[in-house]
Amino acid sequence: MTSLLAVLIDGSIYASWLFLVAAGLTVIYGVMRILNMAHGSFYAIGAYSAASLVGWYFNNGIGPAWISYLLLVGAALVAGLIVGVIVERGLLRLMYGRDEILMVIITYALLLILEDTMKIVWGVSPYFAYQPYTELGRTAFGLLKVSNYDLALVGVSAVLGLGLWAWLERTNQGKVLRAVIHDREIAVAMGVNVRLMFTITFVLGTTLGALAGALTAPAISVVPGIGIEVIVLAFAVVVIGGLGSIGGAAVGALLVGLSRAAAVHYAPEFELFVIYGVMSLVLAFRPEGLFGRTMARKI
Amino acid sequence: MRFDKTEISLALVAIACVLFGFVSPGWLIFLLTIALAKALVVQGVVMQMRSGLVSFGQGLFYCIGGYTVGMGGQFFGIHDAIAALALGMAVAIVVAMILGLLLTRYRDIFFAMLSLAFSMILFGILVKSQGLGSTDGFNVHNWTVFGWAPETGADSQQTVFTMTVLAGLLIAVLIHRYTKAGIGVICEAVRENEVRVEYLGLSPRWLLYGNYVAAASVSALGGGLTALATGHVDPEMAYWTTSGEFIFIALLGGLGHVAAPFIAAIVFSVVRTYSIEFVPNTWQMILGFTLLGVIVFLPKGLWSLVSREKSGERT
Repeated sequence: MTSLLAVLIDGSIYASWLFLVAAGLTVIYGVMRILNMAHGSFYAIGAYSAASLVGWYFNNGIGPAWISYLLLVGAALVAGLIVGVIVERGLLRLMYGRDEILMVIITYALLLILEDTMKIVWGVSPYFAYQPYTELGRTAFGLLKVSNYDLALVGVSAVLGLGLWAWLERTNQGKVLRAVIHDREIAVAMGVNVRLMFTITFVLGTTLGALAGALTAPAISVVPGIGIEVIVLAFAVVVIGGLGSIGGAAVGALLVGLSRAAAVHYAPEFELFVIYGVMSLVLAFRPEGLFGRTMARKI
Repeated sequence: MRFDKTEISLALVAIACVLFGFVSPGWLIFLLTIALAKALVVQGVVMQMRSGLVSFGQGLFYCIGGYTVGMGGQFFGIHDAIAALALGMAVAIVVAMILGLLLTRYRDIFFAMLSLAFSMILFGILVKSQGLGSTDGFNVHNWTVFGWAPETGADSQQTVFTMTVLAGLLIAVLIHRYTKAGIGVICEAVRENEVRVEYLGLSPRWLLYGNYVAAASVSALGGGLTALATGHVDPEMAYWTTSGEFIFIALLGGLGHVAAPFIAAIVFSVVRTYSIEFVPNTWQMILGFTLLGVIVFLPKGLWSLVSREKSGERT
């Protein structure tokens, strides 16, 4: 019984983390048709910014602990905004209109560049910002003690997901964005400023990525290469759910999160295998992912 | 059998390489061996790029080739290097024949992602396999060639180099003929317009399937030779960044000529060796900017610098 509970709790925590990471990726793909390999680097940049800021805050013992949570989120927003605007205006804008697969390779080049930029800015030694994590304490579920920070992550992830959904489905801007997703050319003809929508989307995506990194930073040690590990997981999640679908990303995250937690508890040797196993299995039966739309072939 | 100009030049370069191997210093031989072995893996990537598919998981077959050679010597008593290499190719062909059934239903980014997922599955399995050294991998040694065992390190280096050059020559000639033959030409047609190939009464899916399996065997050969040259295999061979490196080399060389991947791989290895020595923390950045530069300014790769195509001609 305990192990089942553990799987459920671990699974939902892991799933909410996965959703945070994957949300930005799927939003960017949905609107811009760019499968962003550099998304993991945005995650890493968010983690580094947050860890260095929060670490600095606590080392100097300036003020109460609750401010560190604001710093965590603030660092991510600023970093995501800056990097997003620079990358979209400085690089991607020059590349629009190329093949989807070429865009993957371009963002791969971006990933390589960002990885080393981070090494230059932050060095190669690890950063820690564990205080926000330990500050919140633990809650006991029977025999299990679960960190409150992790539980809060589940809430944050749910709120973010609902917020994104509401923005897309319930606001005017969201409606315009859906028009762009549906047919870019018609949207232009109707007077939508598609370039602006692209910038907004991309910056939103990078900020979501950075936020995911910043929120993860207290739970890990921030070292070079964390983005590279994360990006393939995020791929698995969005591909399972259907590229470009937010609901799909949520379901994909749950599926991967729960199956990984089950694997960790019952068959640890399959921990990594299971993630890509699920992905291959879903794709074998539904090539466009669980919530993807089937596209007609163009001649 | 008649040989055309390309094949004769390839053979001459190969002979020159082998002879050069007897006089050049060990580090250079090692560098060239790795570069050429990787170039074979890249040939597999390029074969698929010709048909319009970009594999972000060619590391899968690189790794299969390497691990089969290693495991053959370690566990199954196959010490003959050539038999082990052949076994690696055979295993890769079997795996590719199974995965290909699924993969050939996908195009573009879906093919890229699914091939990536498969190589990550292998990575996940190897990392958790204690018997195979987990993340550390294991060493590959004590191999022989036709019953002859190289005694010194320099000897075995020399032998692997010669084998790599000869394997490279053989594969290059085969691929050259393949691309000029009907099936190779149709692969390019599939890239341009798949539906029209169907109108011709051909099945793009089975063409891509055959192409995928052939590419897998070539890449596995490259992986096996790398294992012999470095004397070591580890799960990193199947990690997706390794596959990214192969795509980089493929784009650097371009699809213009069978020799392009070899040249690109050598350029890549030389630049990498020096960058890691002098600017260790900006090596990837250099790669990234080079990749962007190649995509924007040399969309047909380094080969377009030497080929004498008429300007304005589109292929």
